[in-house]
This record gives sequence, C-alpha cells and structure tokens, in this order.
Amino acid sequence: MATQHSRSAARFMMAPAVFLLLVWMLVPLSMTLWFSFRRFLPLRGGDQGFVWFENYSRFISSSAFWPSVQTTLIIVGGILLISVVFGILLALLLDQPMWGQGVVRILVIAPFFVMPTVSALVWKNMFMDPTNGLFAHLWRAFGADPVVWLSDAPLFSIILIVSWQWLPFATLILLTAIQSLDSEQLEAAEMDGAGHLSRFGYIILPHMSRAITIVILIQTIFLLSIFAEIFVTTGGAFGSRTLTYLIYQRVLESQNVGLGSAGGVYAIILANIVALFLMRIVGKNLDA
Amino acid sequence: MGRITLDKVRKAFGEVEVIPPLDLTIEDGEFVVFVGPSGCGKSTLLRLIAGLEDVTAGQIRIDGEDATMVPPAKRGLAMVFQSYALYPHMSVRKNIAFPMKMAGIPQDEQNRRIEAAAKALNLTDYLDRRPGQLSGGQRQRVAIGRAIVREPAAFLFDEPLSNLDAALRHGMRLEISELHKRLDTTMIYVTHDQVEAMTMADKIVVLQGGVIEQVGSPMELYRAPRNIFVAGFIGSPKMNLLTGEEAAKRGAHTVGIRPEHVSISTTDGAWKGTVGVAEHLGSDTFLHVHREGATDPMTVRVDGEFSARHGDTVWLTAQEDQIHKFDADGLRIA
Ligand SMILES: Nc1ncnc2c1ncn2[C@@H]1O[C@H](COP(=O)(O)OP(=O)(O)O)[C@@H](O)[C@H]1O
Ligand SMILES: [Mg+2]
Repeated sequence: MATQHSRSAARFMMAPAVFLLLVWMLVPLSMTLWFSFRRFLPLRGGDQGFVWFENYSRFISSSAFWPSVQTTLIIVGGILLISVVFGILLALLLDQPMWGQGVVRILVIAPFFVMPTVSALVWKNMFMDPTNGLFAHLWRAFGADPVVWLSDAPLFSIILIVSWQWLPFATLILLTAIQSLDSEQLEAAEMDGAGHLSRFGYIILPHMSRAITIVILIQTIFLLSIFAEIFVTTGGAFGSRTLTYLIYQRVLESQNVGLGSAGGVYAIILANIVALFLMRIVGKNLDA
Repeated sequence: MGRITLDKVRKAFGEVEVIPPLDLTIEDGEFVVFVGPSGCGKSTLLRLIAGLEDVTAGQIRIDGEDATMVPPAKRGLAMVFQSYALYPHMSVRKNIAFPMKMAGIPQDEQNRRIEAAAKALNLTDYLDRRPGQLSGGQRQRVAIGRAIVREPAAFLFDEPLSNLDAALRHGMRLEISELHKRLDTTMIYVTHDQVEAMTMADKIVVLQGGVIEQVGSPMELYRAPRNIFVAGFIGSPKMNLLTGEEAAKRGAHTVGIRPEHVSISTTDGAWKGTVGVAEHLGSDTFLHVHREGATDPMTVRVDGEFSARHGDTVWLTAQEDQIHKFDADGLRIA
C-alpha cells in the first residue's frame, strides 16, 4: 500500500467487510442496551416500557451476582492455568523426536474437535458418574469411596472438563512456538553451561512468551462465555453459576429479558476489565 | 592451554559416513582453519570437537585428557555460530554475562569481564540494547564477546563471517586475527572461503568429503599442494590445470599453472591465444585467454595498467619452475 491511489482503493475494497462487521456487532449490542432499559417480561405482560436503570440495580444487588462473577473468574483462571502449564509440558514432550509422531500429534489434537456438549456429557457419564463412572471404579479399586464429582467438587470438575477441551489448542500453538526456536540458540546455551532447566527457563520459556500470551488472550475470550459444559453437567447448581449462566437463567428461566440484558451489559464490562488486566500483564509480550 | 587431538575420529549419521576415521592435532595457541567446499563435513567436525555431536568412534583429547564423553559445557571451549545464536530477549550485557552466570562467577568479576570485552570489541555503547537492535557486525562482536568472557581453552568459529557484507567481512577478519594475537588462545575456524583461510590461518586443514586432503601453513599449501583438489582450492583466482600434450611434455598427467606465474606478451611466447573476458581489480587485471587448440580459457594475472582488448592476439609463457605436476591419481609429483 504505497501510493495514494492504492490506499484509497484498499479502503474502498475493505468498506463492505467493515460495514458488515459493524452491523453484525452494533445491532445486537444496541438491542441489548435497548432491552436493558425496559421492563420486558415475555410471558407476563410483554414489553412494559422504560424503567431505565432499575434492571441494572436489581441485577447487581441480587445475591447471585458477585458469587457468579467470582465463579467465572475462578473457572477461567483455573482453565488458563491448567491449559498453559500442561500445554507447555505436552509441547515439550511432543517436540521430542519419537516413533509415531504424526499419529500422536493428531491424537493430542483430537479433543478440540469434540463438541463441548458431547465432551461434557462424556465426562459426566463415563468418568465422573459416582456409580458407573471410570473414576468411581478406580476409587473403589483402591478401596476408597467414590467422589461425587459434580456436587462435591463442581468447579474443579468443570475446570477439568473444559481444560481437557482447550489443552490441545494451547499445546498446538505452544508446539509451533517451540519448533520455531533456532536450535543453535539451544546449542549455544548448552555450550555456555546451561543445564536442561536453565535452558528451559532462560531460552525456551522466553521464546514462547508471545505464544503463551496469545493462548491466554484467545482462551480468555472464549472461556468467559462457556455455557454448554455447565448446562449439561451441574445446570448451574452447587455454586457453579457463572455470569453467563446467571444471564441465561434470568432471561429463560425467569423470563425477564430486561434483567438479562442488563446482565449482558455487565458481562461486557467484566470482559473488558479482564481484557485490560490481561493486556497490562502479558500484552507487552506482543510488542516488538 | 588448548591442545586438541583427534584420534581416529569417525562420524556417521545412520548409514551415511560423513567423516571417515581422521587424525589431527591442533597445537596450543594455534589458529587452525578448516576449509573445504560446502557439505564436506567442516561443521560436523567442529561440532564433534565442541561436543554437540557424539563421535561414532575414536577419541578426542583436550590437553591430553580424554574428552570424548565430556559434555560440551565441561570441555572449556567456546563457540561462535554462523547465525550468532544470540539470545534475542536478553540485552547485550546479559548475553555476554550468560556463560558466567551459568558458571556462578561473582557479579563484580562478571562486570569486570563484560566491561573489558565490551571495550575490546567496541560494544560499550550498546550494552543495554537487544540483539535485534544491532547491525550484523555488532551482533557478531557480541557473539565473540560472549565467547571471550568464558576464557576458554579454545575458540571454535563456524563460518562466522558468511552473513556479513564484503567490507565488514574484511574488517572482522582483521579483528579476529588481532584477537588471536592478543589472547594467544587456540582458535579453530571453519570456512568455505579460501581467502579467509589463507589470510588468517597458522595452519590450514583442507577437507573434502570428510577426508583431510592436506594440512599445512598457507604458504606450504600454496607452494606445494599435495593433490589437484588442494591445488585448485587454494589460491585466487584458481590455478589453471592442463592435461594432454602440455602435461605429457613435462612428464605428468596434469600440470597446474597459477595465473600469477604466466607472463604475457603481444609479440612472442610459448602459446598463442586471443583475449576473452578481462576482470579489472585496479591493481591487477585477470585476463581469460583462449589458447589456440585448447577448450578452457587460461586465467592470467597482468598488471592493472596492461591494456588488452577483447579479441586481441597475445602470447603466453609459463614460468617453468613454478609449474605443479600431478600424476594420473591427481597426486603431486615431487
Ligand atoms: N544431523 C545430521 N543428520 C544427517 N546428516 C547430516 C547431519 N548434519 C550434517 N549432515 C550431513 O553431513 C555432511 C556434512 O555436513 P556439514 O558438516 O554441515 O558440512 P559443511 O559444514 O562442511 O558445509 C552433509 O552431507 C550433511 O548433509
Ligand atoms: Mg557448515
């Protein structure tokens, strides 16, 4: 895009896409804002006019609000932690030359292709079921009482299920990062007297920092709105209600569109706060 | 100290033997250059000495001690890589400090050595920059700085100048030679460029296909190449190699005549020919002369002021005492 002419041509060509994206984003956003200011109960009188900020104050003062924010942050944080740490370890492992590398790599990626609902159901019924689940059998084999996963450790269970789905994504991105490391750098470090741990800490990890940042940012965007996994496992019970799930309950279970919309706006604000926070911590890795 | 001995060292990658059993001794304080065409195993040999590759058979001794199984860090050797292999996320200072940090050298000693190296290599103003903000020549110097501060028994260089432009290359060549004189430490230097080999080496090791063709000082190799390969590889421009009648007349299968050992005349001489391409270097000119009855042109060095135009007829005469003779196996006839 060097000349004046090519610049304006480029602008002209991009216009439809930009326009479409704007509409795509702006229409739902403005509808959410519109409904959030109105009293709208589809089964109990329909749209009953403006109530302005009443929905907002009701949503935030509900006893379920702050716990749901906390739950959201715990789940997102837990999944990020597990998928990044294990993603790095798996990537290191997969980077080693081994027999059947191609097959193993495809197997590792496989969970990412399983639909969230399906994987959550599989986990719930095949692994975590307190009577028939594999874990229950395993526990009994050691003479222990089976854990009732979804009610005794609901957050941990959900974190486990979603981490399983997202681990391949993290592993894949981190693996490509490791593979792009110049092997001469590692050899130089080896000659400089760096052992395995030092090489990991001083060379490999800093090299991966940008990829780790990307994994964290992308996963956060998707994880803030996880829903299916909660819906089919705990149904929001046992303190596993995230902000997204709370909004769903307000709109569909309580049939209060106005209140749910206000919650949606809070969710946007929360996402932005999280994004701001993340960019402060890890965003500098994206420069240069 | 840095006396390195290779004893029947052999290296194979799977089935492929890259280096057949090879013996070589590198004396303490020597500047040794491994030279040979691309893919002849120079880097592999250097990496064997460094310990980055395991030898398939044979023994490597450093200062008389068996180092064959010693890990790279413990061999007391420092290596400068072709890509420089600087750590991109560390400042120049941290890059240079890295080997000392790994060795647990006290901070004030580290600082002293960094300052000294930076001063010697003109890097003082750049210590807080990242490698990405430096020019190629500066990066090269950082890599050398990182090697110097370890005070190694020997330096290993793998084509360190091949990523630099011609002017910088010449400058760095002098700097590395200067460094060698100052430190008086063994240096092993790998290159495919015979000019680098000739100008820097105390001892040149010419390699082909993993086999040592000849070992000797630059002038020994220039004066008495052991075979046709060395004859053609050392010296610039290349030696003219003649076979057939001219060789038979002198009792050899092939004779070699360097461009600087042919005199040219516009009136008479041993061979008549026409002038082809002329390469002007200013001080000298290299003429490619097509001799009558010969297929390949002969390269002749003439004075820069000598004027000859394309298509002119000239006569050439070789200095008989400077003609190299080789037998049918390509070996030198004494
Ligand atoms: N890791 C390796 N695996 C298999 N073959 C290799 C490996 N490293 C080098 N080689 C082969 O060994 C030969 C010598 O390589 P190298 O030492 O890099 O040559 P040079 O540095 O002289 O150009 C080449 O034919 C190359 O293909
Ligand atoms: Mg090489």
